[in-house]
Amino acid sequence: MTGSAEHGAASTKGGQAHWWAQRITAVALVPLSLWFVAAIIGHVGADHGAVTTWLASPAVAILMVLTLVATFYHAMLGLEVVIDDYVHGPGPRRAALVCVRFACVLLGAAGVFAVLSIAVSA
Amino acid sequence: MTTDHRPLSPHLQIYRPQITSVLSILHRITGVFLSLGAVLLVYWLVAAANGPPAFDAAQALIGSWLGRLFLLGWSFALFYHLCNGIRHLCWDAGLGFELKTTYLSGWTVVAVSAALTVAAWIAGYTVMWTGS
Repeated sequence: MTGSAEHGAASTKGGQAHWWAQRITAVALVPLSLWFVAAIIGHVGADHGAVTTWLASPAVAILMVLTLVATFYHAMLGLEVVIDDYVHGPGPRRAALVCVRFACVLLGAAGVFAVLSIAVSA
Repeated sequence: MTTDHRPLSPHLQIYRPQITSVLSILHRITGVFLSLGAVLLVYWLVAAANGPPAFDAAQALIGSWLGRLFLLGWSFALFYHLCNGIRHLCWDAGLGFELKTTYLSGWTVVAVSAALTVAAWIAGYTVMWTGS
């Protein structure tokens, strides 16, 4: 088997870039996820006005967008490794990889757009 | 399958569980679970962007007992994946490979993630009840 294009992470080609991207997003997510958890705890039970006002401030909007991008990029890379290990056969594996990548990009884009629309309309 | 005679990992169902192997598979399980939680975060943000009715519906769903149960699991998964992720980054830097250190760091990760989960929920309920 030479064609390893269906492998997300295990292929030699691109494996190193995948490994590094996984670590870099992991390092970024250490402070981002701690900020996220603390910020969400601070807004437990807050109403729509309070939450949108908070999300609309530039620092919060930027941190939330960065959290979304790092989260979905890191999730995509991690899920690719899981698929490589557990989904067998080139066809099903490729289908699963395409689904995961599309879902991560779509959800990330939807989240970023929601934050930006709150920031712009407030 | 034509991919016979390839090396296999120790089979999870017959290999005696150890703290190292259990924490390793737990890192994956929490990672997959956190991805599901990220979907909930996007739903919450989109609901906030849509206006008060959609946002109140999202808050009601997340605030229900099922929502809270999911959040409890999600918060532990986040703290565990975060702490164990730092442990993995240390290994990547070549630190903590001795067996004794690996066991100690593993139990530390479990204890710290449990403590952070409890602390987060105490803080969350304090914020909710004091309304600030």
